[in-house]
Amino acid sequence: MMEVCGSTNVSLREFGCEQTLLSRPDGSASFVQGDTSVIAAVYGPAEVKVSKEIYDRATLEVLIQPKVGLPSVRERSQEQCVRETCEASLLLTLHPRSSLTLVLQLIHDDGSRLACFLNAACMALMDAGLPMSCLFCGVTCAINADSEIITDPTAESRALMTFAIDSKEQRVMMSYTKGSFSVHELQQCIAVSQKASENIFQFYRDSVRRRYSKNL
Amino acid sequence: MAAGFKIAEPLEYHRSFLKENCRPDGRELSEFRTTTLNIGSISTADGSALVKVGNTTVMCGIKVELTNPLVEAPGKGFIGFVRVHQENRRRPASQFIADVIESSEVIQTEDLCIERGKLCWVLYCDMMCVDYDGNVLDACIIALLAALKNTKLPEVTINKDTGAPEVNLEKRKGLNIRKHPVGASFCVFDDSILIVDPTAEEEGLSTSHLTVVTDEKARLCVVHKPGGTPLSAEKLQECIGRATARQREIQKLVDKVIHSVKTAQ
Repeated sequence: MMEVCGSTNVSLREFGCEQTLLSRPDGSASFVQGDTSVIAAVYGPAEVKVSKEIYDRATLEVLIQPKVGLPSVRERSQEQCVRETCEASLLLTLHPRSSLTLVLQLIHDDGSRLACFLNAACMALMDAGLPMSCLFCGVTCAINADSEIITDPTAESRALMTFAIDSKEQRVMMSYTKGSFSVHELQQCIAVSQKASENIFQFYRDSVRRRYSKNL
Repeated sequence: MAAGFKIAEPLEYHRSFLKENCRPDGRELSEFRTTTLNIGSISTADGSALVKVGNTTVMCGIKVELTNPLVEAPGKGFIGFVRVHQENRRRPASQFIADVIESSEVIQTEDLCIERGKLCWVLYCDMMCVDYDGNVLDACIIALLAALKNTKLPEVTINKDTGAPEVNLEKRKGLNIRKHPVGASFCVFDDSILIVDPTAEEEGLSTSHLTVVTDEKARLCVVHKPGGTPLSAEKLQECIGRATARQREIQKLVDKVIHSVKTAQ
């Protein structure tokens, strides 16, 4: 399933996406990477509770539901990563004193969970028509025991990193790492992730183009 | 006059200092606040530490208990809960600290095993943020490291006849600390200015946060940037350089304090 990438070759698993699959939320998307599958739903801009309102921006709330059981501390930490990435790319100042809610439901986990959450979130925000300054995508990179860098891993590895890359300048918006690694390895992984993000942004463009060309 | 300006326009107030390359409390952009460390103050815990980074105060207590090892890892002990208590906030610092422990391999779980498949130690780490003035993650890591160095495991022998463990609370030996992870937190103002060790106000006004945890071999354990505005590669490199320097300072501090506690006993 996973492939080792050479110096210029970056390979990701097959990905698929479907937008507007749910009828109640304002925007929804499902994102599939190999066997990992996530559904995202966006509600908003809507009324906000006075305790949570911010006078000049919208309040974004992210809820991550695991496949089984109740959300735990691990989901809270992933929620913080997704929320701050979305806040940096959404134009929140256009909807002051409103609330935006993003709900992410994990359907199946086969590696690259956080990256899949980010991709599904971006597609759902686009589907909801919320104004954004840039798009973002999630890429997972792993360093295995032979010190090779693998993108979109499914197996165990010495170090695992997930980056959120923005579409304007391919810079790192979010970074989440596990395991230890050297500075050089970090730079290499960032470079590999930036290359992989081009594929994902092309995929976003293609799927949105395909969807809107049907409507016309 | 300045106090009024600070309340009405906090961002402009901070910007006026940053233009002169300094901060409201008089620090340089890349200067950490004074760090003080106190070890072994909680007698009921097996290991404890109190850290103050500026005004941020974090207390860490470690308790060890005997338990059966997990089925999938019969030769290892494990770390039980790691909880960070902080009022008014749902910040996931607990997951962050658990990740630091796991990624940095600060203790080898094999060292916690007493008898394979039957008995092992489980460590419970509790951290309480007593005073929050920004940069609680760094303080938590320092407190954790110092408390782990201070933790003494009692000697346990298995009685051959009954198979029951006998704990000798008098004789204790310390945990084997293999690595010394230390964190350095940064935040970005207005997408371009990088400041080190933010206070609570600076954290609230910044556009992005970053925490880098390094160990003594200059290997990175955690690069935690929970979203926010994008960071360029040069700025990231700068942060890593600063974090490595900080690691050396803090390791010296922790070793000095542990040494002084040992000579005092």
